[in-house]
Amino acid sequence: MAYDYDKSIRPGKLPHIWCPGCGHGIVMKGLIRAMDTCGLDRKNTAIVSGIGCASRLPGYLDACTLHTAHGRAAAFATGVKMAKPEMTVICCGGDGDGTAIGGNHFIHACRRNIDMTYVIMNNFIYGMTGGQFSPCTPTGAKASTTPYGNPDPVFDISKLAIGAGATFVARTTAAHPREIDKLITMGIKHKGMAIIEVLDDCPTTYGRRNKFRSVVDMMKHLKANAVPAVAASKLTAEQLQGKFLTGILFQEERPEYCAQYAEVIKKAQA
Amino acid sequence: MSSARLEVIERNCKGCSICVEFCPKNVLEMDVFLVKVARPEDCIKCMQCELLCPDFAIKVHDA
Ligand SMILES: Cc1ncc(C[n+]2csc(CCOP(=O)(O)OP(=O)(O)O)c2C)c(N)n1
Ligand code: SF4
Ligand code: SF4
Ligand code: SF4
Repeated sequence: MAYDYDKSIRPGKLPHIWCPGCGHGIVMKGLIRAMDTCGLDRKNTAIVSGIGCASRLPGYLDACTLHTAHGRAAAFATGVKMAKPEMTVICCGGDGDGTAIGGNHFIHACRRNIDMTYVIMNNFIYGMTGGQFSPCTPTGAKASTTPYGNPDPVFDISKLAIGAGATFVARTTAAHPREIDKLITMGIKHKGMAIIEVLDDCPTTYGRRNKFRSVVDMMKHLKANAVPAVAASKLTAEQLQGKFLTGILFQEERPEYCAQYAEVIKKAQA
Repeated sequence: MSSARLEVIERNCKGCSICVEFCPKNVLEMDVFLVKVARPEDCIKCMQCELLCPDFAIKVHDA
């Protein structure tokens, strides 16, 4: 029955700062359940973020947490993991933080296949700063900086991660809470770079500009347009128009970076 | 099925109404900006409200 989240949250931190209906809270609950399922020792778990509403997440959690510079979560997390490979390292942040200013760090962490789990909350916008468009804002959508509609094509974060070399890539949405913890759990257990993209809602700066009457509308949209990747092969291109694939999108075994680096140290000291 | 006890942590509730809209049994209602447990006897303990609440504001207990 009722899940005990309180033991994972720093005392006195709730209510959190996120707006009514903001999906980041749903993701945080999923992350807590996944960390419990994996039996992680909080003293041996680092949760690292950059800047943004999504990046506020680690501050609520009773673990070793790092709130760093905008876009730099993967870089700081790489430092933690290299210095202390025995730690479980989890990054979290938004689409703006991870794919705009932090895009370079993101792809190179994927390429190295360093053993960490990156939970990227894709709400299609820069929420914290008032709704500027991000590389994930849908083409045609309105943002404070694209009042006539966004002319840019979008980054598909999961495809970007696969192309860059991440060895576990999965996607779900804030409207699928049980899948959030299932996929984060698999990501944590995976040896190598795991990217969990969670399609999220920002009613305050995205929803209201883009014809969503309420946050419930946004959640219904996420629910209605998610297609499990395993079912997609049975659908035509037409049926897949406007849908997003969810579940595990890619998985492979490849040498992990810390292990490779340990070999370098061994050779150098021989 | 044994009945449920729904606990609302009023301090945390921001009145987004996600729990109200996604409850399959219409157990919950909005009371201005706060959720209200209107028909607890209809609850089937599916946990949707608790899982989807972004604000750690509603808990489903065994009665
Ligand atoms: C170097 C630097 N540039 C710009 C900013 C301003 N800034 C703060 S948060 C943010 C965007 C955050 O968007 P996202 O990562 O998508 O998270 P969200 O707020 O939507 O959860 C920006 C541009 C900053 N803090 N630091
Ligand atoms: S501005 Fe958007 S992303 Fe930020 S807390 Fe509000 S709803 Fe969430
Ligand atoms: S547990 Fe299910 S049935 Fe009961 S109040 Fe919550 S959503 Fe409704
Ligand atoms: S989902 Fe949570 S915050 Fe939103 S109305 Fe229900 S109890 Fe309140």
